Amino acid sequence: MYGYAGRILHVDLTTGKTHTEPLNEDYAKKYIGGIGLGMRLWLDHSKPGVDPFSPENPLILTTGPTSGTVWPTGGNGHAFVSKSPQSYGVGESKSHGSFGTELKRAGYDAVIFKGKAEKPVYVWIDDDSVQILDASHLWGKSPAETEDAIKEELGDFYIRVAAIGPAGEKLVRIACIINEKTRAAGRTGMGAVMGSKNLKAIAVRGTNDVRVAKPDEFMEFVKEFHERMKGPATKKYRTLGTPENVLVHNALQCMPTRNYNNAAFEGAEKVSGEALNERYVAKIIGCSSCAMRCEHICVVQEGPYKGAMARVEYEPLWALGPYCGIDRLDAIIKASELCNYYGVDSISAGVIVGFAMDCYENGILTEKDTDGIEARFGNHEALVKLLEKMGKREGIGDILAEGVKIAAEKIGKGADKLAQHIKGVEVTGYDLRCLKTAALGFAVSFRGADHNRHGAYAFDVKGKVNRLKAERGRGKMVKDIEDVYTVIDSMIVCKFSRGTYYKEFEDLAKLYTLVTGFETTPEEIRLKGERINNLARLFNIREGLGRKDDTLPYKVMHMPVPDEGPSKGAYVSQEELDLLLDDYYEARGWTEEGIPTIEKLKELGMDDLIHIVEGKIKEA
Amino acid sequence: MVKIHERKFVSADPDKCVGCQVCEYICSWEKEKAFNPLKSRIRVVRLNPLVNLSLTCRLCEEPPCVAACPRDALTQSEETGLIMVDEDKCNGCGWCIEACDYGAISLHPEKKVVFVCDLCKDKGEPQCVKWCPEEALDLVTADVLAQKSRISATRKLFQEALKVTPAT
Repeated sequence: MYGYAGRILHVDLTTGKTHTEPLNEDYAKKYIGGIGLGMRLWLDHSKPGVDPFSPENPLILTTGPTSGTVWPTGGNGHAFVSKSPQSYGVGESKSHGSFGTELKRAGYDAVIFKGKAEKPVYVWIDDDSVQILDASHLWGKSPAETEDAIKEELGDFYIRVAAIGPAGEKLVRIACIINEKTRAAGRTGMGAVMGSKNLKAIAVRGTNDVRVAKPDEFMEFVKEFHERMKGPATKKYRTLGTPENVLVHNALQCMPTRNYNNAAFEGAEKVSGEALNERYVAKIIGCSSCAMRCEHICVVQEGPYKGAMARVEYEPLWALGPYCGIDRLDAIIKASELCNYYGVDSISAGVIVGFAMDCYENGILTEKDTDGIEARFGNHEALVKLLEKMGKREGIGDILAEGVKIAAEKIGKGADKLAQHIKGVEVTGYDLRCLKTAALGFAVSFRGADHNRHGAYAFDVKGKVNRLKAERGRGKMVKDIEDVYTVIDSMIVCKFSRGTYYKEFEDLAKLYTLVTGFETTPEEIRLKGERINNLARLFNIREGLGRKDDTLPYKVMHMPVPDEGPSKGAYVSQEELDLLLDDYYEARGWTEEGIPTIEKLKELGMDDLIHIVEGKIKEA
Repeated sequence: MVKIHERKFVSADPDKCVGCQVCEYICSWEKEKAFNPLKSRIRVVRLNPLVNLSLTCRLCEEPPCVAACPRDALTQSEETGLIMVDEDKCNGCGWCIEACDYGAISLHPEKKVVFVCDLCKDKGEPQCVKWCPEEALDLVTADVLAQKSRISATRKLFQEALKVTPAT
């Protein structure tokens, strides 16, 4: 096979046994790689209703067909897939850097971790040799410390490591898996699943060549994309970076502030992308094989947080800043560093702290509950302390570590109305009350509240539609862009590079063909994207999720934007949500309950998964 | 006779290098038709996110690798300064690897002989320099490097003055 390594590695942590099997070519063609292949393998290797923390819940690590090649941004990705301890449905998260390249060179398209080790272990994949090694001495260390220690003891600087931090060990539900110190497979709690298996880290060394089917044409295409990446499509990422969004969102009043109490932040100027770049960005670096570069590494030079260093993007900046009412970039950088240290998703972490602050302001939590922390909005010291408590599951942190949904259930007293999540996954930095295409995208996203499953916010923010209106037609828009996004996450190219695929499916089909040698038309690649969205839906349906879960956080539906300005009064009513959902399910060819029909599954060549919907579709 | 140094080699500007490894992929592709950093003549080191640098052969004036080879497998071209490896003589002992202060020589994972940058002499120019997306790599002489450093040091010393001087 070209592009693909052609092999899947099985690691049973209970028995300590490992074996490989050839990659099923039919799966490769149907589900590409990345999250598509990962979700399919998860379905094959798990039983319905499995508990996310059960040894029976496999954790799947995948690369994409372009991983390990020089394809700009595509050469470096990897994905984790499992059942999420937040949504109890699809858990998936991608990361970039160099880890994925190494795994591909070691000769694997996917690794399936099953079972649970008796003691803390790490898995050392050295080409064909796979060893399960003791990790007792690494337990309690941060992902970065773990990486350094493993490189030291295995004696190779170029070994790549993906590890969990103390949070993953303690099953903090928002725990992530971090590779190369600053890169996280952040969302949906994959680090907690890894922790539940007593698996501290995965270390990889790969020495094989990666081959593509049509090398000369491929290199020509690479050259063309190098040029495109120097152009306008990536300018934002190369200059101010995504923190540019702060002032843009603020002006549109679509930046959730203080746990959705406002849609704009009076301190936005102080935490803008402009301010960040002027004062804190020390260097912009890049992933393996990337021809743009986006990683804004920020350093605090003075003050109480002197020495803090983290990569900063809009989402964590927003969550740890405006969402908690905090207008200090130095505190935000420190908070990001702490998230990396403990190994938690910094978006969810900020949203959880914002939730705790809202509870505190409303008297639902008191100083007695918070161990004396004055958890008011805007208190940066409280942010830092709460993150530490969450990372260690200490005091109030033990409850917050469950994520806002479960934490609210435990706290009671109406805290659920303050818990801003969808399917148990915390919201991200787009105010859904006044971005109604995004609201639909978020509601139906198969991994819970998330902007990265569809990017539907772009229609609203860029003014391509009336963002305050819910109307028919949005369903098709969301469906179409979702189908692109699943291809992106299965090829595993970087979403920041999506604008360089000028011809979208045509470019993606050409890339797939040149790399794998499987002749693929633009329509066929689109079909793969649609198939993978249906696959994800089947995953969620098998695990008991459905239309009832395609909903929006309480405040989005019950608390209109209070701020004077363009978004004032906006919210999403149940009628509007129903209209949007009906429209979307229709565009997808699903039933009113949001279940893929047997005809649709046949059309997509998914006959072998029809059993999941059988008996669930109501007779018309 | 006084003579300007003409020997050119590939050098990375540490301020510009972002550690993206495109040079490694391009090198292994050009020389070996493979995507594999282990077969690249230029290698990236990332000490921490802020410290990134690509390193390759600097065509030393008194190359310690040549001196270290007990089998006379390595020689330096008087004309270009390139280090040439006689693959029949090389037995992969690694003395030259140890002698090089920049880690510019590697042992080939399959051929088991050492290999080193030849500035892509067949192509006329080093392909890593051509492809580097950050323009961090340059084909330079020692004199040009010194000039660059002098200019950058002077800029730093006169930061304030430069702000009010029209750009030149």
